[in-house]
Amino acid sequence: MRIIRTLANAATLLLFALPLQAAPQPDSDPLASPRWVDMQRMFFRDAEVVFDDRVRVSAPTTAEDALNVPVAIDLGSLQGVEEVLVFADFNPIVKALSYEPGQARANLAFRLKLQQSSPVRAAARTADGRWHVGGTWVNTTGGGCTLPSTGTGSPEWQQRLNEVSARRWPRIDGGTRLRLQIIHPMDTGLAAGIPVFHIDTLDIDTADGRRLMRILPSEPVSENPLFTLDIPPDVLGQGAIRVAGRDNNGNPIRAEIAP
Amino acid sequence: MKGLSHNLRRLACMLLLTLSTAALGQTRDFDYRLSPQQVADGVYVLIGKTEDFSLDNGGDIVNTGFIIGREGVIVIDTGSSKRYGEQMRAAIARLTPLPIVLVINTHHHPDHFLGNQAFAVDTLAALADTRRAIEAEGAGFLDNMYRLNGDWMRDTEVAIPRRTLTAGPLEAGGRKLELVALGGHTVADLAVLDTPTGTLFAADLVFNKRAPTTPHAEIKRWLQSLDQLQALRFNRLVPGHGEVTTGTDAIEQTRQYLQWLDQTLRDGAEQGLDMTEMLALTVPDKFAGLAEVRTEFRRSVTHLYPAAEQAALQRGR
Ligand SMILES: [Zn+2]
Repeated sequence: MRIIRTLANAATLLLFALPLQAAPQPDSDPLASPRWVDMQRMFFRDAEVVFDDRVRVSAPTTAEDALNVPVAIDLGSLQGVEEVLVFADFNPIVKALSYEPGQARANLAFRLKLQQSSPVRAAARTADGRWHVGGTWVNTTGGGCTLPSTGTGSPEWQQRLNEVSARRWPRIDGGTRLRLQIIHPMDTGLAAGIPVFHIDTLDIDTADGRRLMRILPSEPVSENPLFTLDIPPDVLGQGAIRVAGRDNNGNPIRAEIAP
Repeated sequence: MKGLSHNLRRLACMLLLTLSTAALGQTRDFDYRLSPQQVADGVYVLIGKTEDFSLDNGGDIVNTGFIIGREGVIVIDTGSSKRYGEQMRAAIARLTPLPIVLVINTHHHPDHFLGNQAFAVDTLAALADTRRAIEAEGAGFLDNMYRLNGDWMRDTEVAIPRRTLTAGPLEAGGRKLELVALGGHTVADLAVLDTPTGTLFAADLVFNKRAPTTPHAEIKRWLQSLDQLQALRFNRLVPGHGEVTTGTDAIEQTRQYLQWLDQTLRDGAEQGLDMTEMLALTVPDKFAGLAEVRTEFRRSVTHLYPAAEQAALQRGR
Protein backbone atom coordinates (compact mmCIF):
# COMPACT_ATOMS: atom_id res chain seq x y z
CA MET A 1 0.00 0.00 0.00
CA ARG A 2 2.72 2.42 1.03
CA ILE A 3 4.80 1.50 -2.00
CA ILE A 4 1.90 2.14 -4.31
CA ARG A 5 1.27 5.51 -2.75
CA THR A 6 4.94 6.45 -3.01
CA LEU A 7 4.92 5.50 -6.66
CA ALA A 8 1.80 7.55 -7.21
CA ASN A 9 3.42 10.51 -5.47
CA ALA A 10 6.49 10.13 -7.61
CA ALA A 11 4.25 10.10 -10.67
CA THR A 12 2.58 13.30 -9.50
CA LEU A 13 5.94 14.95 -9.03
CA LEU A 14 6.90 13.97 -12.56
CA LEU A 15 3.67 15.47 -13.86
CA PHE A 16 4.35 18.73 -12.11
CA ALA A 17 7.86 18.70 -13.42
CA LEU A 18 6.51 18.88 -16.96
CA PRO A 19 4.47 22.08 -16.88
CA LEU A 20 3.57 22.13 -20.57
CA GLN A 21 2.12 18.62 -20.65
CA ALA A 22 0.45 18.77 -17.24
CA ALA A 23 -3.32 18.63 -17.11
CA PRO A 24 -4.88 21.99 -16.17
CA GLN A 25 -4.90 22.31 -12.40
CA PRO A 26 -7.79 23.92 -10.51
CA ASP A 27 -7.15 26.85 -8.21
CA SER A 28 -5.38 25.83 -5.08
CA ASP A 29 -7.54 24.08 -2.51
CA PRO A 30 -9.29 26.72 -0.36
CA LEU A 31 -9.16 24.26 2.54
CA ALA A 32 -5.39 23.80 2.09
CA SER A 33 -5.60 20.07 2.63
CA PRO A 34 -2.45 18.06 1.95
CA ARG A 35 -4.75 15.29 0.72
CA TRP A 36 -6.44 17.34 -1.99
CA VAL A 37 -4.27 16.10 -4.82
CA ASP A 38 -5.04 12.51 -3.81
CA MET A 39 -8.72 13.33 -3.60
CA GLN A 40 -8.68 14.81 -7.03
CA ARG A 41 -6.97 11.77 -8.49
CA MET A 42 -9.28 9.38 -6.66
CA PHE A 43 -12.58 10.95 -7.66
CA PHE A 44 -12.19 13.17 -10.68
CA ARG A 45 -9.27 11.92 -12.78
CA ASP A 46 -9.30 13.96 -15.97
CA ALA A 47 -12.59 15.76 -15.36
CA GLU A 48 -12.71 19.49 -14.91
CA VAL A 49 -12.91 20.55 -11.27
CA VAL A 50 -13.76 24.00 -9.93
CA PHE A 51 -14.06 25.27 -6.38
CA ASP A 52 -17.50 26.80 -6.30
CA ASP A 53 -18.94 28.94 -3.48
CA ARG A 54 -22.44 27.81 -4.40
CA VAL A 55 -21.59 24.36 -3.05
CA ARG A 56 -21.98 24.84 0.68
CA VAL A 57 -21.28 22.23 3.32
CA SER A 58 -22.66 23.04 6.78
CA ALA A 59 -21.04 21.15 9.62
CA PRO A 60 -19.85 22.10 13.09
CA THR A 61 -16.31 23.53 13.25
CA THR A 62 -15.74 21.19 16.17
CA ALA A 63 -17.69 17.97 16.24
CA GLU A 64 -18.86 17.01 19.70
CA ASP A 65 -19.57 13.42 18.68
CA ALA A 66 -17.24 11.85 16.11
CA LEU A 67 -19.79 9.11 15.48
CA ASN A 68 -22.49 11.59 14.51
CA VAL A 69 -21.16 14.63 12.70
CA PRO A 70 -24.09 16.50 11.17
CA VAL A 71 -23.52 17.59 7.59
CA ALA A 72 -25.85 19.48 5.28
CA ILE A 73 -25.15 19.93 1.58
CA ASP A 74 -26.71 23.01 0.02
CA LEU A 75 -26.14 23.59 -3.68
CA GLY A 76 -27.91 26.95 -3.70
CA SER A 77 -28.42 28.23 -7.22
CA LEU A 78 -26.31 25.61 -8.95
CA GLN A 79 -28.49 24.13 -11.70
CA GLY A 80 -28.46 20.85 -13.57
CA VAL A 81 -26.78 18.74 -10.90
CA GLU A 82 -26.68 15.06 -11.84
CA GLU A 83 -24.60 13.58 -9.06
CA VAL A 84 -23.16 14.72 -5.74
CA LEU A 85 -20.25 13.08 -3.93
CA VAL A 86 -19.60 13.72 -0.25
CA PHE A 87 -16.20 12.80 1.17
CA ALA A 88 -13.78 13.51 4.00
CA ASP A 89 -10.11 13.71 2.96
CA PHE A 90 -8.71 12.14 6.13
CA ASN A 91 -11.25 9.39 6.79
CA PRO A 92 -9.92 5.85 6.35
CA ILE A 93 -12.87 5.32 4.02
CA VAL A 94 -12.90 8.63 2.22
CA LYS A 95 -16.25 8.53 0.46
CA ALA A 96 -19.25 9.04 2.76
CA LEU A 97 -21.98 8.80 0.17
CA SER A 98 -23.13 9.94 -3.21
CA TYR A 99 -26.58 10.92 -4.38
CA GLU A 100 -28.42 11.63 -7.57
CA PRO A 101 -31.10 14.25 -7.17
CA GLY A 102 -34.14 13.53 -9.29
CA GLN A 103 -37.12 15.78 -8.74
CA ALA A 104 -36.09 16.54 -5.16
CA ARG A 105 -33.88 19.55 -4.52
CA ALA A 106 -30.22 18.74 -4.84
CA ASN A 107 -29.69 19.36 -1.11
CA LEU A 108 -29.20 16.59 1.43
CA ALA A 109 -28.42 16.44 5.15
CA PHE A 110 -27.20 13.43 7.09
CA ARG A 111 -24.62 12.48 9.72
CA LEU A 112 -21.26 10.83 9.26
CA LYS A 113 -18.48 9.26 11.29
CA LEU A 114 -15.11 11.01 11.33
CA GLN A 115 -11.91 9.28 12.33
CA GLN A 116 -9.97 12.52 12.75
CA SER A 117 -10.14 16.20 11.88
CA SER A 118 -10.73 16.54 8.16
CA PRO A 119 -12.20 18.61 5.39
CA VAL A 120 -15.71 17.43 4.59
CA ARG A 121 -16.49 18.19 0.96
CA ALA A 122 -19.28 17.96 -1.51
CA ALA A 123 -18.61 17.70 -5.23
CA ALA A 124 -21.54 18.27 -7.57
CA ARG A 125 -21.33 17.13 -11.18
CA THR A 126 -23.33 19.23 -13.59
CA ALA A 127 -24.58 18.07 -16.99
CA ASP A 128 -21.49 19.50 -18.70
CA GLY A 129 -19.36 16.99 -16.80
CA ARG A 130 -17.75 19.61 -14.60
CA TRP A 131 -17.34 19.00 -10.85
CA HIS A 132 -18.17 21.90 -8.51
CA VAL A 133 -16.49 21.46 -5.13
CA GLY A 134 -17.16 23.08 -1.77
CA GLY A 135 -16.41 22.08 1.79
CA THR A 136 -15.45 22.92 5.32
CA TRP A 137 -12.98 21.73 7.95
CA VAL A 138 -14.38 19.75 10.86
CA ASN A 139 -12.23 19.26 13.93
CA THR A 140 -12.79 16.22 16.08
CA THR A 141 -11.03 14.07 18.62
CA GLY A 142 -12.13 11.27 16.36
CA GLY A 143 -12.19 7.54 16.58
CA GLY A 144 -15.56 7.51 14.82
CA CYS A 145 -14.72 4.93 12.19
CA THR A 146 -12.94 2.30 14.21
CA LEU A 147 -15.44 2.16 17.05
CA PRO A 148 -18.04 -0.58 16.86
CA SER A 149 -21.60 0.60 16.32
CA THR A 150 -23.77 0.41 19.40
CA GLY A 151 -26.26 -1.61 17.37
CA THR A 152 -23.83 -4.44 16.73
CA GLY A 153 -23.69 -5.16 20.43
CA SER A 154 -27.45 -5.17 20.98
CA PRO A 155 -30.01 -7.76 19.93
CA GLU A 156 -32.59 -5.03 19.27
CA TRP A 157 -31.36 -3.99 15.86
CA GLN A 158 -31.55 -7.53 14.51
CA GLN A 159 -35.31 -7.46 14.93
CA ARG A 160 -35.65 -3.89 13.72
CA LEU A 161 -33.00 -4.00 10.97
CA ASN A 162 -33.96 -1.79 8.03
CA GLU A 163 -37.06 -0.49 9.79
CA VAL A 164 -37.91 2.96 8.42
CA SER A 165 -39.30 5.90 10.42
CA ALA A 166 -40.24 8.83 8.27
CA ARG A 167 -42.32 11.95 8.26
CA ARG A 168 -43.09 14.71 5.81
CA TRP A 169 -43.63 18.37 6.59
CA PRO A 170 -45.25 21.02 4.42
CA ARG A 171 -42.80 23.86 3.75
CA ILE A 172 -43.63 27.54 3.53
CA ASP A 173 -42.82 27.53 -0.20
CA GLY A 174 -45.47 24.87 -0.80
CA GLY A 175 -42.88 22.13 -1.04
CA THR A 176 -42.30 19.18 1.27
CA ARG A 177 -39.54 18.27 3.66
CA LEU A 178 -38.88 14.59 4.10
CA ARG A 179 -36.91 13.14 6.98
CA LEU A 180 -36.33 9.43 7.15
CA GLN A 181 -34.35 7.24 9.46
CA ILE A 182 -33.43 3.59 8.96
CA ILE A 183 -32.37 1.22 11.70
CA HIS A 184 -28.98 -0.09 10.60
CA PRO A 185 -25.59 -0.51 12.35
CA MET A 186 -23.61 0.85 9.36
CA ASP A 187 -20.49 -1.06 10.41
CA THR A 188 -17.37 0.14 8.63
CA GLY A 189 -15.47 -3.14 8.84
CA LEU A 190 -12.64 -1.24 10.55
CA ALA A 191 -13.56 -2.24 14.11
CA ALA A 192 -11.82 -5.49 15.02
CA GLY A 193 -13.89 -8.59 14.31
CA ILE A 194 -16.93 -6.76 12.93
CA PRO A 195 -17.44 -7.17 9.18
CA VAL A 196 -18.52 -4.35 6.92
CA PHE A 197 -22.30 -4.02 6.94
CA HIS A 198 -24.01 -0.95 5.58
CA ILE A 199 -26.91 0.31 3.52
CA ASP A 200 -25.68 0.80 -0.03
CA THR A 201 -28.76 1.86 -2.00
CA LEU A 202 -31.79 3.94 -1.18
CA ASP A 203 -34.26 4.98 -3.88
CA ILE A 204 -36.84 7.58 -2.97
CA ASP A 205 -39.62 7.81 -5.54
CA THR A 206 -43.12 9.20 -5.97
CA ALA A 207 -46.00 6.74 -5.89
CA ASP A 208 -46.24 6.98 -9.70
CA GLY A 209 -42.61 6.05 -10.11
CA ARG A 210 -40.79 9.36 -10.59
CA ARG A 211 -37.39 9.48 -8.96
CA LEU A 212 -37.02 12.01 -6.15
CA MET A 213 -33.52 11.02 -5.16
CA ARG A 214 -31.19 8.04 -5.20
CA ILE A 215 -28.80 7.87 -2.24
CA LEU A 216 -25.80 5.53 -2.27
CA PRO A 217 -24.42 5.49 1.29
CA SER A 218 -20.93 4.23 2.09
CA GLU A 219 -19.57 2.96 5.39
CA PRO A 220 -18.90 6.36 7.07
CA VAL A 221 -22.61 7.28 7.19
CA SER A 222 -23.64 7.16 10.86
CA GLU A 223 -25.47 4.30 12.51
CA ASN A 224 -29.25 4.48 12.06
CA PRO A 225 -28.88 6.95 9.20
CA LEU A 226 -31.19 9.93 9.15
CA PHE A 227 -31.63 11.81 5.88
CA THR A 228 -33.26 15.19 5.40
CA LEU A 229 -34.33 16.25 1.92
CA ASP A 230 -36.59 18.86 0.40
CA ILE A 231 -38.99 18.41 -2.48
CA PRO A 232 -40.17 21.46 -4.47
CA PRO A 233 -43.87 22.39 -4.74
CA ASP A 234 -46.08 20.51 -7.23
CA VAL A 235 -43.93 17.39 -7.40
CA LEU A 236 -45.74 15.19 -4.90
CA GLY A 237 -49.38 16.22 -4.96
CA GLN A 238 -51.37 13.98 -2.64
CA GLY A 239 -49.42 10.88 -3.46
CA ALA A 240 -47.28 8.76 -1.16
CA ILE A 241 -43.48 8.61 -1.22
CA ARG A 242 -41.95 5.19 -1.83
CA VAL A 243 -38.63 4.15 -0.35
CA ALA A 244 -36.83 1.07 -1.62
CA GLY A 245 -33.29 0.03 -0.90
CA ARG A 246 -30.91 -2.61 0.38
CA ASP A 247 -27.78 -3.16 2.37
CA ASN A 248 -24.60 -4.86 1.19
CA ASN A 249 -25.91 -8.21 2.49
CA GLY A 250 -28.98 -7.88 0.32
CA ASN A 251 -31.47 -7.19 3.11
CA PRO A 252 -34.26 -5.12 1.58
CA ILE A 253 -35.56 -1.75 2.79
CA ARG A 254 -39.13 -0.83 1.95
CA ALA A 255 -41.47 1.90 3.15
CA GLU A 256 -44.31 4.05 1.96
CA ILE A 257 -44.78 7.48 3.45
CA ALA A 258 -48.28 8.86 3.12
CA PRO A 259 -48.87 12.62 3.10
CA MET B 1 -3.34 -3.88 24.58
CA LYS B 2 -6.00 -1.29 25.17
CA GLY B 3 -3.98 0.15 28.06
CA LEU B 4 -0.91 0.28 25.88
CA SER B 5 -2.61 2.23 23.14
CA HIS B 6 -4.09 4.62 25.69
CA ASN B 7 -0.65 5.22 27.11
CA LEU B 8 0.95 5.68 23.72
CA ARG B 9 -1.65 8.21 22.73
CA ARG B 10 -1.15 10.04 26.00
CA LEU B 11 2.59 10.04 25.50
CA ALA B 12 2.20 11.43 21.99
CA CYS B 13 -0.13 14.13 23.28
CA MET B 14 2.25 15.14 26.00
CA LEU B 15 5.20 15.20 23.66
CA LEU B 16 3.33 17.55 21.34
CA LEU B 17 2.26 19.73 24.23
CA THR B 18 5.74 19.88 25.65
CA LEU B 19 7.06 20.93 22.27
CA SER B 20 4.40 23.58 21.74
CA THR B 21 4.83 24.93 25.27
CA ALA B 22 8.57 25.08 24.79
CA ALA B 23 8.08 26.86 21.48
CA LEU B 24 5.99 29.52 23.18
CA GLY B 25 8.64 29.95 25.83
CA GLN B 26 6.18 29.24 28.61
CA THR B 27 6.88 27.39 31.77
CA ARG B 28 4.22 25.99 34.01
CA ASP B 29 4.53 25.04 37.64
CA PHE B 30 1.31 22.98 37.54
CA ASP B 31 0.13 24.59 40.74
CA TYR B 32 -3.64 25.10 40.75
CA ARG B 33 -3.19 27.65 43.56
CA LEU B 34 -6.17 26.17 45.35
CA SER B 35 -7.42 28.41 48.11
CA PRO B 36 -10.23 26.93 50.19
CA GLN B 37 -12.91 29.45 51.12
CA GLN B 38 -14.74 28.88 54.36
CA VAL B 39 -18.46 29.26 53.72
CA ALA B 40 -19.75 27.95 57.06
CA ASP B 41 -18.39 26.47 60.27
CA GLY B 42 -16.02 23.71 59.13
CA VAL B 43 -17.24 23.89 55.52
CA TYR B 44 -14.83 24.86 52.75
CA VAL B 45 -15.18 25.14 49.01
CA LEU B 46 -12.68 25.40 46.18
CA ILE B 47 -14.32 27.40 43.43
CA GLY B 48 -13.24 26.52 39.90
CA LYS B 49 -13.29 28.79 36.88
CA THR B 50 -16.49 28.87 34.83
CA GLU B 51 -14.55 27.86 31.73
CA ASP B 52 -14.14 24.83 29.57
CA PHE B 53 -11.17 22.51 30.13
CA SER B 54 -7.94 24.01 28.80
CA LEU B 55 -4.17 23.77 28.89
CA ASP B 56 -4.22 27.00 30.91
CA ASN B 57 -6.67 25.99 33.63
CA GLY B 58 -5.61 22.34 33.73
CA GLY B 59 -9.19 21.31 34.50
CA ASP B 60 -9.69 23.65 37.46
CA ILE B 61 -13.22 24.37 36.29
CA VAL B 62 -15.17 22.56 38.95
CA ASN B 63 -16.17 23.25 42.51
CA THR B 64 -14.98 20.82 45.13
CA GLY B 65 -15.33 21.03 48.87
CA PHE B 66 -14.61 19.49 52.22
CA ILE B 67 -16.16 19.46 55.66
CA ILE B 68 -14.04 19.24 58.80
CA GLY B 69 -15.95 17.19 61.36
CA ARG B 70 -15.06 16.50 65.00
CA GLU B 71 -13.03 13.42 64.17
CA GLY B 72 -12.35 13.53 60.48
CA VAL B 73 -12.72 15.24 57.14
CA ILE B 74 -15.27 14.56 54.41
CA VAL B 75 -14.20 15.43 50.86
CA ILE B 76 -16.79 16.20 48.19
CA ASP B 77 -15.41 15.62 44.69
CA THR B 78 -11.73 15.45 43.86
CA GLY B 79 -11.18 17.56 40.74
CA SER B 80 -9.84 16.80 37.28
CA SER B 81 -6.41 15.27 37.90
CA LYS B 82 -4.09 13.50 40.28
CA ARG B 83 -2.27 16.80 40.75
CA TYR B 84 -5.55 18.50 41.72
CA GLY B 85 -6.34 15.76 44.23
CA GLU B 86 -2.86 15.98 45.76
CA GLN B 87 -2.98 19.76 45.99
CA MET B 88 -6.46 19.58 47.50
CA ARG B 89 -5.25 17.10 50.11
CA ALA B 90 -2.32 19.40 50.91
CA ALA B 91 -4.69 22.37 51.27
CA ILE B 92 -6.80 20.34 53.71
CA ALA B 93 -3.74 19.32 55.69
CA ARG B 94 -2.79 22.98 56.10
CA LEU B 95 -6.13 23.55 57.88
CA THR B 96 -6.50 20.43 60.00
CA PRO B 97 -4.47 17.46 61.24
CA LEU B 98 -7.60 15.27 61.19
CA PRO B 99 -7.70 12.28 58.83
CA ILE B 100 -9.77 12.19 55.68
CA VAL B 101 -12.41 9.57 56.42
CA LEU B 102 -14.75 9.81 53.45
CA VAL B 103 -14.27 10.96 49.83
CA ILE B 104 -17.51 11.35 47.90
CA ASN B 105 -17.79 11.45 44.10
CA THR B 106 -21.09 13.18 43.44
CA HIS B 107 -21.32 11.75 39.90
CA HIS B 108 -19.22 10.12 37.18
CA HIS B 109 -17.99 13.17 35.26
CA PRO B 110 -14.19 13.29 35.04
CA ASP B 111 -13.72 16.69 36.70
CA HIS B 112 -15.38 15.26 39.81
CA PHE B 113 -13.40 12.04 40.32
CA LEU B 114 -10.03 12.09 38.54
CA GLY B 115 -8.33 13.43 41.70
CA ASN B 116 -9.30 10.21 43.53
CA GLN B 117 -5.81 8.74 43.35
CA ALA B 118 -4.60 11.26 45.94
CA PHE B 119 -6.84 9.72 48.59
CA ALA B 120 -6.90 6.36 50.39
CA VAL B 121 -8.80 3.84 48.27
CA ASP B 122 -11.03 2.65 51.08
CA THR B 123 -12.33 6.19 51.64
CA LEU B 124 -13.58 6.60 48.04
CA ALA B 125 -17.37 6.39 47.87
CA ALA B 126 -20.24 7.00 45.43
CA LEU B 127 -23.73 5.87 44.54
CA ALA B 128 -23.87 2.39 42.97
CA ASP B 129 -24.76 3.72 39.50
CA THR B 130 -21.95 6.27 39.69
CA ARG B 131 -19.43 3.55 40.56
CA ARG B 132 -20.63 1.49 37.60
CA ALA B 133 -20.50 4.48 35.25
CA ILE B 134 -16.94 5.36 36.32
CA GLU B 135 -15.95 1.78 35.67
CA ALA B 136 -17.58 1.78 32.23
CA GLU B 137 -16.63 5.23 30.97
CA GLY B 138 -13.67 6.32 33.07
CA ALA B 139 -10.95 5.23 30.64
CA GLY B 140 -12.61 7.05 27.74
CA PHE B 141 -12.90 10.25 29.79
CA LEU B 142 -9.28 9.98 30.81
CA ASP B 143 -8.00 9.99 27.22
CA ASN B 144 -10.05 13.05 26.46
CA MET B 145 -8.84 14.84 29.59
CA TYR B 146 -5.18 14.27 28.68
CA ARG B 147 -5.93 15.85 25.33
CA LEU B 148 -7.74 18.85 26.84
CA ASN B 149 -5.61 19.56 29.90
CA GLY B 150 -2.21 18.33 28.78
CA ASP B 151 0.55 17.76 31.31
CA TRP B 152 -1.65 18.83 34.21
CA MET B 153 -2.97 15.27 33.90
CA ARG B 154 0.41 13.57 34.38
CA ASP B 155 0.12 10.14 36.02
CA THR B 156 -3.63 10.48 36.45
CA GLU B 157 -5.44 7.16 36.38
CA VAL B 158 -9.01 6.16 37.09
CA ALA B 159 -9.55 5.15 40.73
CA ILE B 160 -13.00 3.61 41.05
CA PRO B 161 -14.71 4.31 44.38
CA ARG B 162 -15.04 1.14 46.44
CA ARG B 163 -17.74 2.12 48.87
CA THR B 164 -21.37 2.34 47.85
CA LEU B 165 -23.41 5.20 49.23
CA THR B 166 -27.18 5.16 49.60
CA ALA B 167 -29.68 7.93 50.20
CA GLY B 168 -30.40 9.05 53.75
CA PRO B 169 -28.58 10.25 56.84
CA LEU B 170 -24.91 9.40 57.21
CA GLU B 171 -22.49 10.19 59.99
CA ALA B 172 -18.85 10.51 59.03
CA GLY B 173 -15.93 12.03 60.94
CA GLY B 174 -18.39 12.91 63.68
CA ARG B 175 -20.43 15.04 61.29
CA LYS B 176 -24.08 14.46 60.39
CA LEU B 177 -24.81 14.53 56.66
CA GLU B 178 -27.91 13.94 54.61
CA LEU B 179 -27.33 12.21 51.28
CA VAL B 180 -29.90 12.99 48.59
CA ALA B 181 -29.74 10.54 45.68
CA LEU B 182 -30.97 12.21 42.50
CA GLY B 183 -30.26 12.05 38.79
CA GLY B 184 -30.83 13.63 35.43
CA HIS B 185 -27.53 15.43 34.95
CA THR B 186 -26.11 11.92 34.82
CA VAL B 187 -27.45 8.48 35.66
CA ALA B 188 -26.89 9.25 39.35
CA ASP B 189 -26.23 12.61 41.00
CA LEU B 190 -25.65 12.84 44.71
CA ALA B 191 -26.44 16.02 46.62
CA VAL B 192 -24.88 16.28 50.07
CA LEU B 193 -26.41 18.38 52.84
CA ASP B 194 -24.20 19.27 55.78
CA THR B 195 -26.85 19.13 58.48
CA PRO B 196 -25.23 21.34 61.19
CA THR B 197 -24.69 24.30 58.86
CA GLY B 198 -27.39 23.74 56.24
CA THR B 199 -24.84 23.80 53.42
CA LEU B 200 -26.09 21.98 50.35
CA PHE B 201 -23.56 20.60 47.89
CA ALA B 202 -25.82 20.33 44.87
CA ALA B 203 -23.29 18.71 42.52
CA ASP B 204 -23.81 19.38 38.80
CA LEU B 205 -27.56 19.42 39.20
CA VAL B 206 -27.07 23.15 39.73
CA PHE B 207 -24.92 25.52 37.69
CA ASN B 208 -24.56 29.17 38.71
CA LYS B 209 -24.06 31.71 35.90
CA ARG B 210 -22.59 28.93 33.80
CA ALA B 211 -24.46 26.98 31.14
CA PRO B 212 -25.31 23.41 32.21
CA THR B 213 -23.52 20.55 30.46
CA THR B 214 -25.57 17.66 29.12
CA PRO B 215 -23.50 14.78 27.74
CA HIS B 216 -25.43 12.27 29.87
CA ALA B 217 -28.48 14.34 30.66
CA GLU B 218 -32.08 13.28 30.93
CA ILE B 219 -33.77 16.63 31.24
CA LYS B 220 -37.13 15.48 32.59
CA ARG B 221 -35.48 13.68 35.49
CA TRP B 222 -33.08 16.58 36.02
CA LEU B 223 -36.01 19.00 36.39
CA GLN B 224 -37.61 16.68 38.95
CA SER B 225 -34.34 16.64 40.86
CA LEU B 226 -34.28 20.45 40.89
CA ASP B 227 -37.75 20.44 42.45
CA GLN B 228 -36.51 18.06 45.13
CA LEU B 229 -33.49 20.26 45.84
CA GLN B 230 -35.65 23.34 46.07
CA ALA B 231 -37.86 21.62 48.63
CA LEU B 232 -34.88 21.02 50.92
CA ARG B 233 -34.13 23.43 53.72
CA PHE B 234 -30.67 24.89 53.23
CA ASN B 235 -28.80 28.06 54.16
CA ARG B 236 -26.43 28.09 51.24
CA LEU B 237 -25.93 26.11 48.08
CA VAL B 238 -22.65 25.06 46.50
CA PRO B 239 -23.27 24.48 42.78
CA GLY B 240 -21.11 22.10 40.74
CA HIS B 241 -19.89 25.08 38.74
CA GLY B 242 -20.12 28.79 39.63
CA GLU B 243 -20.28 30.83 42.83
CA VAL B 244 -21.86 29.75 46.11
CA THR B 245 -25.30 31.25 46.65
CA THR B 246 -27.66 31.54 49.61
CA GLY B 247 -30.96 31.43 47.74
CA THR B 248 -32.69 29.36 45.11
CA ASP B 249 -31.61 31.67 42.25
CA ALA B 250 -29.11 29.20 40.78
CA ILE B 251 -31.67 26.38 40.92
CA GLU B 252 -34.18 28.62 39.13
CA GLN B 253 -31.61 29.68 36.52
CA THR B 254 -30.67 26.07 35.80
CA ARG B 255 -34.34 25.11 35.59
CA GLN B 256 -35.19 27.90 33.14
CA TYR B 257 -32.30 27.08 30.87
CA LEU B 258 -33.11 23.36 30.84
CA GLN B 259 -36.78 24.04 30.15
CA TRP B 260 -35.88 26.33 27.27
CA LEU B 261 -33.40 23.79 25.92
CA ASP B 262 -35.90 20.95 26.12
CA GLN B 263 -38.65 22.98 24.46
CA THR B 264 -36.31 24.21 21.73
CA LEU B 265 -35.22 20.68 20.89
CA ARG B 266 -38.77 19.37 20.82
CA ASP B 267 -40.06 22.28 18.75
CA GLY B 268 -37.20 21.88 16.27
CA ALA B 269 -37.80 18.16 15.86
CA GLU B 270 -41.54 18.70 15.56
CA GLN B 271 -40.94 21.25 12.78
CA GLY B 272 -38.67 18.85 10.92
CA LEU B 273 -35.45 20.83 11.37
CA ASP B 274 -32.20 19.10 10.54
CA MET B 275 -29.48 19.01 13.19
CA THR B 276 -27.35 21.49 11.23
CA GLU B 277 -30.29 23.93 11.33
CA MET B 278 -30.61 23.43 15.09
CA LEU B 279 -26.90 24.16 15.53
CA ALA B 280 -27.39 27.48 13.76
CA LEU B 281 -30.08 28.70 16.18
CA THR B 282 -29.20 31.61 18.45
CA VAL B 283 -29.49 31.45 22.22
CA PRO B 284 -31.93 34.05 23.64
CA ASP B 285 -30.44 37.12 25.34
CA LYS B 286 -32.00 35.98 28.58
CA PHE B 287 -29.28 33.31 28.83
CA ALA B 288 -26.44 35.46 27.53
CA GLY B 289 -25.11 35.84 31.09
CA LEU B 290 -24.38 32.11 31.37
CA ALA B 291 -20.72 31.40 30.73
CA GLU B 292 -20.05 29.09 27.75
CA VAL B 293 -23.72 29.14 26.76
CA ARG B 294 -23.26 29.11 22.98
CA THR B 295 -20.78 26.25 23.11
CA GLU B 296 -22.90 24.26 25.53
CA PHE B 297 -26.03 24.78 23.48
CA ARG B 298 -24.34 23.32 20.41
CA ARG B 299 -23.07 20.40 22.46
CA SER B 300 -26.50 19.82 23.90
CA VAL B 301 -27.99 19.70 20.41
CA THR B 302 -25.52 16.94 19.56
CA HIS B 303 -26.31 15.03 22.75
CA LEU B 304 -30.05 15.42 22.95
CA TYR B 305 -31.47 16.17 19.51
CA PRO B 306 -31.34 12.57 18.21
CA ALA B 307 -33.87 11.44 20.84
CA ALA B 308 -36.14 14.40 20.05
CA GLU B 309 -35.92 13.55 16.34
CA GLN B 310 -36.83 9.93 16.93
CA ALA B 311 -39.85 10.95 18.96
CA ALA B 312 -40.98 13.35 16.23
CA LEU B 313 -40.52 10.72 13.51
CA GLN B 314 -42.53 8.20 15.54
CA ARG B 315 -45.34 10.71 15.86
CA GLY B 316 -45.41 11.00 12.09
CA ARG B 317 -46.43 7.38 11.66
ZN1 LIG C 1 -21.14 16.85 35.59
